[in-house]
Amino acid sequence: MKILIAGIAGGIAQKLALELVARGHHVVGIDVRPWHGAPSTVEVHRVDLRKRAAEDVFRKARPQAVVHMATVAQLGANIEDRARINLGGTQALFEHCKNYGVEQCVIVGRHTYYGAGADTALYHRETEPPQALGEFPELADLVAADLFAVAALWQKPQLTTSVLRICYSLGPLGQGTLASFLRGRAVPMVMGFDPLFQYLHEDDVIQALILSIEKKLRGVFNVAGPQPVPLSALAHEVGRHVLPMPEFMLRTMLGRFGLPKLAAGALNHIKYPVVVDASAFRAATGFVHKHDELSTARAFKQAFPPK
Amino acid sequence: MSDPNSRSLNESIEARIDRLELPFNARGLDPYGVSKKHLAVFYKALGFMYRRYLTVKAHGQENIPARGRAMLVGNHSGGVALDGAMVVAASFFELEPPRLAQGMAEKFLNVMPFASEWTARCGQLTGLPEHAERLLEDDRLLMVFPEGAKGTAKLFKERYSLVDFGTGFVRLALKTKTPIIPFGFVGGADAIPTIANSTALGKLLGVPYIPITPWLLTLPRPARCEVHFGSPLIFAGTGAEDDEVIVRYVDEVKARIAELVERGREARHKRAPMSMLGGSR
Repeated sequence: MKILIAGIAGGIAQKLALELVARGHHVVGIDVRPWHGAPSTVEVHRVDLRKRAAEDVFRKARPQAVVHMATVAQLGANIEDRARINLGGTQALFEHCKNYGVEQCVIVGRHTYYGAGADTALYHRETEPPQALGEFPELADLVAADLFAVAALWQKPQLTTSVLRICYSLGPLGQGTLASFLRGRAVPMVMGFDPLFQYLHEDDVIQALILSIEKKLRGVFNVAGPQPVPLSALAHEVGRHVLPMPEFMLRTMLGRFGLPKLAAGALNHIKYPVVVDASAFRAATGFVHKHDELSTARAFKQAFPPK
Repeated sequence: MSDPNSRSLNESIEARIDRLELPFNARGLDPYGVSKKHLAVFYKALGFMYRRYLTVKAHGQENIPARGRAMLVGNHSGGVALDGAMVVAASFFELEPPRLAQGMAEKFLNVMPFASEWTARCGQLTGLPEHAERLLEDDRLLMVFPEGAKGTAKLFKERYSLVDFGTGFVRLALKTKTPIIPFGFVGGADAIPTIANSTALGKLLGVPYIPITPWLLTLPRPARCEVHFGSPLIFAGTGAEDDEVIVRYVDEVKARIAELVERGREARHKRAPMSMLGGSR
């Protein structure tokens, strides 16, 4: 099958591309960032998804399936830029899918869509709306992109669309929101709070994406694997000290003194859990994670030992 | 079979926690974040309260199934939710194998530092319908007080009365095909005899109210308590019935709890005819 990956320069996207090639698929990738050392078996185009050149790739390559990984989740990024990329990019991608006969589209979204708050439930199901957006407006563009993609399910019935709300990824690549948060010497915590964190080994994320493509998955699905663990326990597993601070102090210290930079609204995500129920995805694809919560943490620790 | 009570007296808290039939991982954490380490501290404190300070006597605990989903439904006996804590203790110390009763914590607890962490690590999740349903689907032992916060706000003179019951618990029991184990708790109001509730003080501390006792502070004094568990009530239905049907079932549960409270009141009177505020009856 000919598969186009939007956002191919990302760590997980590169590994996905290599795995798809190994399985006999033809992979075409687009990204504004370079993929240094990309193998000749993968066709990489350095273009912006929202620009004309990206449309040319769709026109010439005529992919049967598209995996959309070209969204920006880093909270340090400029909010307006992020919104333009995440919303504009997703809109352009669906237009190209429609115009150039793409049969299947896999949207790689985040489980943080559901939001974190004192009165949100553990184990969100796909039918639940996003919550606590008022306290974390920085997430609005990702939520909007997710909902835009969900609308394609009924607006473009000829396109087999799957919207995946994937929990945090962790592993030797060390990329993504959770990995960045854990990379420092100490993990800041809000004193008196210890939320559950749900994460999946990078290799399991790739397996979940491949299953979504090969099973021609249609619908909205949460994707998760092993059980969640409290943040303090995760920090301990990756060999980091926890640094519990009263909320008002932590708010002023984030981004300074070697602590990770977080948007003010993100504090709720280290006070309250975002945990999803992924049983529908498992039932639809037969997905079984290969790495449990402890071995995944160990893999990260091995790649990024404590300083 | 050995007497469960004597077994629990001779067994360490840690050994009993190991016998909880919950899917703990290698680090002693379950999928809800319940932690063996936190449970050990929690049950040590509860054990002291249960056996030495409040001296709780449990009856009819054989009505609680050893495994599988069940809903413990009972009254608040006044003061703060000491009754809930003691039912959690009874489920751990009196049952073979021990079980973790999981209550639905008041939402304000999840906003408070440390209370948020400890309620979660000890399996007392925030009171949301989604949590209750999921716990039952996972065959856990759920503890419900249908009187809600109005129940814990009862004054000493109202300690044997029952305030209005919510109806959601019956719909949930029907939907999830869960047996309801009614219980009556007596004695909480003697430990914390509330003469008034201060909402102003509560607002200051971020809680709905603070019970005022004759010694002002909301600290329990030693008191003898009784908890009587009744036989399971199983109703037929899907949970989508009309309100009239549900209210009839709720009234049935309420009447059963009132009987159990009365039974506890009589047993307690025989056991401890004393009270600072006019006798145990």
